[in-house]
Amino acid sequence: MLKIKNLEAGYGKLRVLKRISMHVDSGEIVTIIGANGAGKTTLLYTIAGIIKASAGDIMLLDHPINQTKPEKIVARGCSLVPEGRQVFSTLTVRENLILGGYVQYKKNKVNTDAELQHIYDIFPVLQQRENQLAGTLSGGEQQMLAMGRALMAKPKLIMLDEPSTGLAPLIVKNIFKIIAKLRDAGNTVLLIEQNAKAALAIADRGYVLETGKFILQGPSEDLLINRDVQRAYLGREIAT
Amino acid sequence: MYWDKAKECMPREDLEQLQLERLQSTLYRVATHVPFYRKKFKELAIDPDGFRSLEELHKLPFTTKDDMRNNYPYGLFAVPLRDVVRLHASSGTTGMATVVGYTKNDLKNWSDMVARILTATGVEADDVVQIAFGYGLFTGGFGLHYGAERVGASVIPISSGNTKRQIQILQDFKTTTLVCTPSYALLLADTMIDMNININALHLKYGLFGGEPWSEEMRTEIKNKLGIIATDNYGLSEVMGPGVAGECSYCNGLHINEDHFIVEVINPETLEPVAPGELGELVFTTITKEAFPVIRYRTRDLARFIPEPCPCGRTFQRMTRVIGRTDDMLIIKGVNVYPLQIESILFDIEGTEPHYQIIVEREGRLDKVTVLVEVVESIFFDQMKKQRQLVEHIKKRLATELGIGVDVKLVEEKTLERFEGKAKRVIDKRKL
Repeated sequence: MLKIKNLEAGYGKLRVLKRISMHVDSGEIVTIIGANGAGKTTLLYTIAGIIKASAGDIMLLDHPINQTKPEKIVARGCSLVPEGRQVFSTLTVRENLILGGYVQYKKNKVNTDAELQHIYDIFPVLQQRENQLAGTLSGGEQQMLAMGRALMAKPKLIMLDEPSTGLAPLIVKNIFKIIAKLRDAGNTVLLIEQNAKAALAIADRGYVLETGKFILQGPSEDLLINRDVQRAYLGREIAT
Repeated sequence: MYWDKAKECMPREDLEQLQLERLQSTLYRVATHVPFYRKKFKELAIDPDGFRSLEELHKLPFTTKDDMRNNYPYGLFAVPLRDVVRLHASSGTTGMATVVGYTKNDLKNWSDMVARILTATGVEADDVVQIAFGYGLFTGGFGLHYGAERVGASVIPISSGNTKRQIQILQDFKTTTLVCTPSYALLLADTMIDMNININALHLKYGLFGGEPWSEEMRTEIKNKLGIIATDNYGLSEVMGPGVAGECSYCNGLHINEDHFIVEVINPETLEPVAPGELGELVFTTITKEAFPVIRYRTRDLARFIPEPCPCGRTFQRMTRVIGRTDDMLIIKGVNVYPLQIESILFDIEGTEPHYQIIVEREGRLDKVTVLVEVVESIFFDQMKKQRQLVEHIKKRLATELGIGVDVKLVEEKTLERFEGKAKRVIDKRKL
């Protein structure tokens, strides 16, 4: 699905990602965990085409997308759910979703009702709030809306940036359940999280990003018992 | 049969991506946590962040047995000792032992690798596995043990030695799978023949043999005497232990677990890679190990790559059996001779037993090699003429195939020392 080799990216002279390589196979949830400033969001933005890579290759379904514009990358099947939701708060829920389906609409010139219904099936609460302004939704509902909006483009790979940010623990649990369901329905997910425990609990594999390098990677269950990961990200300091 | 088909049969391109990712992380970790590598990278001006392709592997420094000795015991560990859950020490085939450590994940990966080679031979949950490798600091016993448990087989941790008891248990416990060194398998077979035990009545189906070099002829002999599928497996504690590579039921070379190791074959003198399929020294880089990662470890084991794909469908690189060690290569009258070459020839000759000893001496300025060979009783007590013919025959075969003249002496059956662990076949009396 996604293959990254020796990717380098940053802002101006600042090199944030230092030649990193990773891959996501289709049908799996891969999570990237790491502390603030490790480069997680930079990585997602680079894949999404918002930041240009200064070196390396990004292949989406065997097509290089390093030089592709963000909107073209969406059309190629890779959608991003940004951190902090970033829904259009002055538009209704329905309008937000329809905007997300623009790529599909443009391609096929069919209306997006069926797709809309599909999203409502995944997130029933969005149907209840259909005509409400997005800005009036709760944090958890906004997160669902942001995910629904991304799914409207029928992505092959959906990238989630910190979906747990600013949400109550119970809501987080619910959101992660939905992410696992998305994978079970055949979607491929790249999940970026600071909440390493929750992310590793649902992910198939994980990468640990530290100051722009992957210092570890492997099946989630391996990372969960890795003592470095436990100390640094799972908040479980082992008494000496 | 596969243990982990998705990995064992993965497309080469995906495998290379995985290897690159894992190698990049490994380099980062050794550069951060292991002073030895940090210093070496600095000396060679290697930026571990700058490593971009597997083709750049040759730029990395080698790690040798001496490096391990100089950092005895824990100097090369990449995690604090409290993360280490198991310690082993190398078998010390040559000189002082080296210490290796494993984290929980290392043990898990190791078990999985051994499970792969057991499954590739045919071993399943229904099998009863008798592990006659030494348990203890040597990785052989525990390595196979955990792998066999992972497969779900019933494991008999009998350890090495006590041949009579081994045979008793082989019969009583209905052992289906024998795990030991090939020379010990033969010793077991011969002892059972002497004891008039009906080998066909045993439940034995498989044998996984490793720990020492052996020849194809020896395999045939084991197969004939024990009536089993006999596969070769390879490993060394400095890299992991048994399970680094193993044969599938096609018995045509060992599949290297390349999702955990990157392997090279180099010319031990020039240190450059040899052409594909040529004989050279195996060099391993671990890419998943947490406690004791090694970069380009020179094994001193000699083998070849087998470039052709295996009919079993596994995509991992195959290697031939290890045909010797760079340090057991004998230089006799300027000719390189490996004990295994002598063994293959002896196995081929009617009337000899698969037990032999090679004695190298220096008379004046000349090297002199004497091969002691056990022969079957009938020949030994027969006329001198027959004996002389046999000696001449062996001499001639050795001379043509080795390119040097060798003395041959016949000895009675069972006069040469037997080995329960690694066999020591060469006695070099030369003072160089």
